[in-house]
Amino acid sequence: MANKISDETIEYVGILAKLELSGEEKENAKADMEKMLDYIDILNELDTDGAEPMSHVFPVHNVFREDAVSGVDGSADTLVNAPLKKDNSFKVPKTIG
Amino acid sequence: MDITSLTAVELGKKIKAREISVADAVKASLDQIERVEKAVHSFVTVDREGALRRGEEVQKQIDDGSLTGPLAGVPAGIKDNLCTKGMPTTCSSKILENFRPTFTAEAVRNLERAGAVVIGKTNMDEFAMGSTTETSYFGVTRNPWNLAHVPGGSSGGSCAAVATEECPFALGSDTGGSIRQPSAFCGVTGIKPTYGTVSRYGLIAYGSSLDQVGPIAKDVTDCAAILEVIASYDSKDSTSIDRKRPGYDFTSALINDVEGMRIGIPKDYFGEGLNCEVKEKILAAVRVLEERGAVAEEFDLSLVPYAIPAYYVIASAEASSNLSRFDGVKYGYRAEDYEGLHNMYKKTRSEGFGAEVKRRIMLGSFVLSSGYYDAYYLKALRTKAMIKQAFDQAFVRYDVIVAPASPTTALKLGHSLSDPVKMYLGDIYTVAMNLAGLPGISIPVGTDSKGLPVGMQIIGNCFEEKKIIRAAYTFEQTRAYERPELAKYPDKLREGLPKGLADERSKKDGQADDQAAGRADGRQIRSREGGGE
Repeated sequence: MANKISDETIEYVGILAKLELSGEEKENAKADMEKMLDYIDILNELDTDGAEPMSHVFPVHNVFREDAVSGVDGSADTLVNAPLKKDNSFKVPKTIG
Repeated sequence: MDITSLTAVELGKKIKAREISVADAVKASLDQIERVEKAVHSFVTVDREGALRRGEEVQKQIDDGSLTGPLAGVPAGIKDNLCTKGMPTTCSSKILENFRPTFTAEAVRNLERAGAVVIGKTNMDEFAMGSTTETSYFGVTRNPWNLAHVPGGSSGGSCAAVATEECPFALGSDTGGSIRQPSAFCGVTGIKPTYGTVSRYGLIAYGSSLDQVGPIAKDVTDCAAILEVIASYDSKDSTSIDRKRPGYDFTSALINDVEGMRIGIPKDYFGEGLNCEVKEKILAAVRVLEERGAVAEEFDLSLVPYAIPAYYVIASAEASSNLSRFDGVKYGYRAEDYEGLHNMYKKTRSEGFGAEVKRRIMLGSFVLSSGYYDAYYLKALRTKAMIKQAFDQAFVRYDVIVAPASPTTALKLGHSLSDPVKMYLGDIYTVAMNLAGLPGISIPVGTDSKGLPVGMQIIGNCFEEKKIIRAAYTFEQTRAYERPELAKYPDKLREGLPKGLADERSKKDGQADDQAAGRADGRQIRSREGGGE
C-alpha cells in the first residue's frame, strides 16, 4: 500500500526532529519519506508474532558501580566548545518570560 | 627504501630494528599526503606539526625500551567521528566544524598507548550516514583506483588513505557496512569486530546498538594486530564486553590453514542483484579455500530481504535520538540569527546538518512517534531478533559465512544520493551483521574488467573473529597485495590529472562536483595549533 504523508504529519515530524524546513524541503521530505516507508512496509510480509523485540544482541545487564566520586571537576573542559558562555555556564536565549 | 609501501606491521618491525626512524616514517606519510591529497581528499584534517612532535616522543620511548609493541612509531589515520583531544573532530559535518574534543576516544587512546602516531582525521559521510563519502560537508573523497568513482562509505577517507599509502593503517567505524564496503571498493582489508569488542567511548554515536570501531589496513596481519591493540573492556562504554585475555589474542589466528573449515554460502546473497563479475571473483576465492581443505556449501539464510528495512528503521531511530544533542548549546555550530531558545535549536540544526542526515533524523523521529512506534520500531526490533536467530542456526552448521561486501564495485561519483532507497539497497550484504552483532572482514579478491577492486566478506559468529581472520589469512597467502597506480606512482599526479579525473572534469555534469572539491580545497588541510595529547 502506498504511504501518504500529510502536511500535518511532516509538520509534526519537523517539530519532533527540531528541524525547520522550507516549503521545498518539506515537499522533498514528504516524497522521500513516502518512498522509504513503502519500502519498509516489506516488513509487514513477515510474521513476527512470537518474536520478542530485541534491543540488544547480547543478554547484558545494567552495570552498577560504587557511588564514589571519580575524576575531577570538568566544568572548564565542558565549556571549552560552548558557542556562548557566561559565568561558568552555557549561555542561551531567555527561556522564561 | 619505499617506506609507504610497507604494511603497518612491517614498518613497526623496521622501526624496532632501527632500520627506519619514527621521524622518517611520519615524514614518509606526510610527504605522500602532500603528493596525492589534492586528487583524492582522504583527510579532513592533517596534523603535521603534532605528528612530527609525537613521533619524537615515541622514538624516545622506543629507544628507552618502554614501547615494544608492533605499532610503535607507525602513523595512523583516524576516522573523523572518533574524538581526538585538541584536534578537530567534525564527523564531516558543518555542525561540528570547529569542535575540538577535550578527551580522546578509548580506541584511539589504546593506539596511542601502543605508540601509534595519529597523523590526521579522515573524511567520511556526514555522521557516517551514507555509502559513498559524498555526503561529507568538506567535499567528496575519490576512489584511488579511479578518481571518477566513489571510495565507498562511510569510512571512505580511511580506506582511500590506506589504499593511496598516505598512512599504513586507519581506524573506521561500521554501523551498517561502513568499514567493509569501502574496504572492498578501495582494495584494502577491514574488520568490523563483534559488537562490544572495541569501546565506543569517544565514538560520536550514530546507531548505538550497531556501531563498532575497527581496523582498516593493507592485509589481514595488520588488521589482526591493530584489533588486538584497540580492543579492550571499558567501563566507560556500558555495552563493552569483557572477553578476557584469550579473547583478544587475534594475531594467534594468523594461521595458513583452513583444513576442515565449514563455509556457508547463502544462496540469497549470490542471486539477483549481484554483479556477475563480483560473483565470479568471490566464488573463485571460495574455490581457493576449498583447495586448501575447506568445505563449502550453499544454504538458505532466509529473511535476507528484511534486513535493510529493519536496519534503516533502527539506525534512523537511534540516530534521531543520538543527534538530538547537537543543538547549538554545548558545542559546535550555532545559528547567527534566532528568536528564542526553540527557534535557536531549529535554526542551528537546519543550517548545521546536511540533507541525508536530516532525512534520517526525520525518518527516525517518525518511526518513534506515538501511533507509529509499534508498527515500525517494534516491528523492526522483532525482525532483528529473527535475523539473529537465522544466523544462530547457520553457525551451528558453518564456521564462517562468505558473502560479497557489496553488490557492485565502486560506483561513479554523483550517481547515488538522489534516490535514498536505491542507495540503501547497496548495503544488502552488510547490514544484517550489524543487526546480529557479528564480526565480519572484507578482503580484496581481485579486480573487475574496469580495474576496480572486488571485496569478499567473511562473517563469523559472535566472538569468533579468529575463524574469519584464519580464513582470510589463508586466502591472502595465495595472492599478492595489489596497489593502485596512484600509490605506486604518486609523482605522476604532478604531471597532470590522472585519466579518471581528467575524464570526469571534461564533462559538464562534473561542475557541481568541482565546486564541492573547490570548497574542500580551502578547508581540507588544517594545521593544528597548540600542545599535544
